Amino acid sequence: MALSQGIMAVSVPAAALLSASSSYSAARVQTASSSLPALGSRRGLAVRASSAEQSANFGPSSQKLWTPKITTNAVAAKQEAAASTGAKGPGHELLLYEALREGLEEEMERDPHVCVMGEDVGHYGGSYKVTKGFAEKFGDWRLLDTPIAENSFTGMAVGAAMTGLRPVIEGMNMGFLLLAYNQISNNCGMLHYTSGGQFTIPCVIRGPGGVGRQLGAEHSQRLESYFQSVPGLQMVACSTPYNAKGLMKAAIRSNNPVILFEHVLLYNLKETIPDEDYVCCLEEAEMVRPGKDITILTYSRMRHYVLQAAKTLVNKGYDPEIIDIRSLKPFDMFTIGNSVKKTHKVLIVEECMRTGGIGASLRAAIMENFFDYLDAPIGCLSSQDVPTPYSGPLEELTVVQPHQIITAVENLLAK
Amino acid sequence: MATRGLRVLAKSSTPLLRRTLSNSISETRPCARILDAECSGAAALPARGSCGVPARSYGSATNRTADTELSKNWSKTPPAARRLSGEPEKAFSDDEDHEILDYPGAKTNFTHEMTFIPETAAEPVPCFRLLNDFGQPLPWAKLPQMDAELATKIYRNMVNLQTMDAIFYEAQRQGRFSFYLTTHGEEAINIASAAALSPQDVVFTQYREPGILMWRGFTMQDFADQCFGNAADLGKGRQMPVHYGSRELNCPTLSSPIATQLPQAVGAAYGLKMSRKDACSVAYFGDGASSEGDFHAALNFAAILETPTIFICRNNGWAISTPTNDQFRSDGIVVKGRGYGIRSIRVDGMDTLALYCAVKEARKIAIEESRPVLIEALSYRVGHHSTSDDSSKYRKKAEIEHWKLVRDPVNRFKKWIEAQGWWDAKSEKAIRSEARSSVIAAMNKAGQKQKPELSNLFTDVYDSLPSNLREQELQLRDVIAKYPRGYPTDVPL
Repeated sequence: MALSQGIMAVSVPAAALLSASSSYSAARVQTASSSLPALGSRRGLAVRASSAEQSANFGPSSQKLWTPKITTNAVAAKQEAAASTGAKGPGHELLLYEALREGLEEEMERDPHVCVMGEDVGHYGGSYKVTKGFAEKFGDWRLLDTPIAENSFTGMAVGAAMTGLRPVIEGMNMGFLLLAYNQISNNCGMLHYTSGGQFTIPCVIRGPGGVGRQLGAEHSQRLESYFQSVPGLQMVACSTPYNAKGLMKAAIRSNNPVILFEHVLLYNLKETIPDEDYVCCLEEAEMVRPGKDITILTYSRMRHYVLQAAKTLVNKGYDPEIIDIRSLKPFDMFTIGNSVKKTHKVLIVEECMRTGGIGASLRAAIMENFFDYLDAPIGCLSSQDVPTPYSGPLEELTVVQPHQIITAVENLLAK
Repeated sequence: MATRGLRVLAKSSTPLLRRTLSNSISETRPCARILDAECSGAAALPARGSCGVPARSYGSATNRTADTELSKNWSKTPPAARRLSGEPEKAFSDDEDHEILDYPGAKTNFTHEMTFIPETAAEPVPCFRLLNDFGQPLPWAKLPQMDAELATKIYRNMVNLQTMDAIFYEAQRQGRFSFYLTTHGEEAINIASAAALSPQDVVFTQYREPGILMWRGFTMQDFADQCFGNAADLGKGRQMPVHYGSRELNCPTLSSPIATQLPQAVGAAYGLKMSRKDACSVAYFGDGASSEGDFHAALNFAAILETPTIFICRNNGWAISTPTNDQFRSDGIVVKGRGYGIRSIRVDGMDTLALYCAVKEARKIAIEESRPVLIEALSYRVGHHSTSDDSSKYRKKAEIEHWKLVRDPVNRFKKWIEAQGWWDAKSEKAIRSEARSSVIAAMNKAGQKQKPELSNLFTDVYDSLPSNLREQELQLRDVIAKYPRGYPTDVPL
């Protein structure tokens, strides 16, 4: 099938595909129409293939289809990616937090409305050095050091966003954003809707989360569970320097409020990323390793554990398909669905707690849409419903480990 | 107690301080000290003389300068410089109170007297007012420049607001829409402050300030459409009644949670300051909102960032059933401004002229000096908190009647404009009946308009409709198609 050829590329992020052939997008649309109406309005960088079909279903639609204004020579299309790390130039190697910084810096240069607010983001350069050097370059006003009042500087960012700025809110740790829940849920997520579309909130809320190394329970929160049901928000999680930079840029350019989840232990991950300008699609999942035996869905730090487990699995003769879902809200059901239809078995590996986590919602979504394609119940590996303990060995026991992943895959495939 | 003219708590510097503090009171609070930093003895230092400890050397050996010039002008040299000199033991005079504190957290001088700052000042902050309760100018009042056109426009808007509130409240009681709340008693706060602002000032309201929109051109029809949630509503039927908002009129749509608009106003002002616009942001809130965390942080941020923000507090005495005595123990809200380093004033919120002056001046300060200003407008909430409240349960009817009839701000201003010769009984009759008929006409028209289309349930959640919401819409339409009788007939599909 043309579709499978389009998707079955080597392990390359499903990045911006504006330069990809139009057959790719057309193929995606054709497959989509069998179960759903044409997915012409994918936000982000997917091609506007079928806006006509879309409007036929709903009558006159007043929504604007967002067309991005970025360079079209984005990251190479999938078939080129295997050859070199980038179509132009050798690429450059950096750490994940540097990639975030690069993305943020490029956006701040490109658009003077982008500003950063948070604790210690200015001259201190940010607790994780994501904004290092920015205060000298962009000034104190665009790199706003705020007092310790998360709800209020988030509220400030909402007000600034409503009146034309594009703020990037940094939570020193995602867990602190629980204090900002009121502004995020009641205002950030809602004001575009309740104002009848008059006011947009193009802000980005970002920060490190997840289980670190003995940071204690309050600093090991997985906020994606708490925010996932707030309407109006988009959530993405980065896992490599490549997608960190791409998602940061895409989030800033998006007119919706986006929460970008970074992981505290991934900041020093090293990778070579392209030199040219690129953006990742906010709503797309990343095909990390195509396979045919089982679909493993994961995100953030767990991706790396899954890859580690995959080495052993491959040695044992299994062929797992690994997808980094990246977009936590909304889920990229298209990529996930195609994978499920191919492998018929799913394992979700996440760091969230069992109850109410991303895995719980993803399981429900897959079951609802692709039940007939499943040969086994959807497996889900997640943390226990306990606060993360400080003690090192205990903490390790709350996080899903590679051997658990291997065992789970073997169990699922034995069924 | 009225003050003569307009007096704000001004900033001044003190000769004792070497570093200037902005917005400080005329005398800084000295820091009580019993033990010297180097004194190992437990005894308190006597009021005069040193404690017999060897030289206090605050500077290192390399810092010390054998500065003969210093020795000559010892008494004129500031203690801080004396400390670093070659003779630090002479740094301090016998009177220790001249020593200056250099801790990072506060810059002041020491005192050996342990005095607690009293919880309230000796006198409560006086309230600025120009007209008395009967609309007559107070003898020493300096009235603002206001011509007949502006004064009658203000009055007309106050009457329209009052009429709209009365009729819409009754309409809610009759079941025509689900909710309403009135501004009775606070019409002056609404209109006078709006008149003093400019159209490009961004206004963040709590919910009891529809007068701002009215002044800026929101019509009766616009208000009615929002309350009925029909297709003509700018909010597309998504918010409760009275949750108005208009991008065109620079009033962001209001959000129910209390005080969330305060930091948003600071954010908007931050943006305005960045783009150097001749505009400020204004945030309205009630006495109850001053208890919220957002109030504290918003004022703090505004002071630190020096944003052109005007905070207007409608202290109307009640937060639903909670009186101000149970809300805070400070002397109202005005004194809290000083806590954050913000210039503040207390105004009679039922005195149209005083409010107009205060807001106008506040706007000037905010924009020219790029700093926040806090205005506490005292008033009384004549109506119930909302249609979900019956205030006779927690306050006396006699009290409500008194404020409603005797202290009505609309009436008070009317008396003044009548005294100026700009208004008479004939105009009064005309405007009352015109207001009434326009409100009723708008309401009837709004009631007949179509409700928003079903697709509006799903649009504007994001900038464009995502696939999951489209699916959900399809599912809903499927169900409606199958069971049309289970669904409201007045929602067009």
